[in-house]
Amino acid sequence: MDELERAVINRLQGGFPLCARPFAAAARELGTDEATLIAKLEAMLDAGTLTRFGPMYDAERLGGAFTLCAMSVPAADFERVTALVNAHPEVAHNYERAHRYNMWFVIAAAARAQIAPLLATLEAETGYPVLNLPREQEYFIELRLVA
Amino acid sequence: MNALDEAIVRATQAGLPLVAEPWRAVAQACGMPESQLFARIEAMLHDGRIRRIGAVPNHYALGYTANAMSVWDVADDAVDALGAQVGALAFVTHCYRRPRRLPEWRYNLFAMVHGRSRADTDAHVAQIRALLEPALRAADVLYSTRILKKTGMRLA
Repeated sequence: MDELERAVINRLQGGFPLCARPFAAAARELGTDEATLIAKLEAMLDAGTLTRFGPMYDAERLGGAFTLCAMSVPAADFERVTALVNAHPEVAHNYERAHRYNMWFVIAAAARAQIAPLLATLEAETGYPVLNLPREQEYFIELRLVA
Repeated sequence: MNALDEAIVRATQAGLPLVAEPWRAVAQACGMPESQLFARIEAMLHDGRIRRIGAVPNHYALGYTANAMSVWDVADDAVDALGAQVGALAFVTHCYRRPRRLPEWRYNLFAMVHGRSRADTDAHVAQIRALLEPALRAADVLYSTRILKKTGMRLA
């Protein structure tokens, strides 16, 4: 990773300016020029070092309803339950974790009222109870990953 | 959310165009003057609908491959003050208070911890434990073993 890539990761995860030539302004801050910065961001996106460049939205504050769910699924039944859970478009991501609660997924629905019926459907389809763990409070994240 | 803000979200949720005047391009796509776009984005930054604007790094590409969900049973009267301190740690990317579901689930504080090795991540978890110690009743760490599904949360 070169110096400019490191600077992008460490200093450009936020604060991208709202002005006519924001890449030029950001480039001055990072000690480079507009064209070089744009080319570097393109290269980092292509290489997968960055997943995106732009506004990072808080999906919940945009108006959707979200919750984190956990299930304890016997190993022999895990693939069947995975297929049933993943088949619902409201299941945004799903992770297997090394724990008694071995399946953890996030539900993203348009409205809060849709969540309880969906959880009831998942329990009926799979035969296992679902722990519903919505976020009650987020603790502000000031610092980010560094390169 | 009004139609203008929704248009802005749709036009930018996959990323800004990498051109010299990206906001002008977004404003044109949304059919509004750049000044109005700036005002709407300022409002979304202010109320938290936009967390920040900039580079979104890929954890794995940066070498953060040992990622764990740490969960903590912290006394109710202390969890908010301590949660704010945990959320401020550089290796914590998400930190939430969630409800207990007794008797099955006793943990009310969740912190996602990122490390470049398992040892790294274990050391981070130990640091959180030390911070929470006065109000801590139990803790556990859940390493992910497989991604079963991953789709972005986007407006359709």
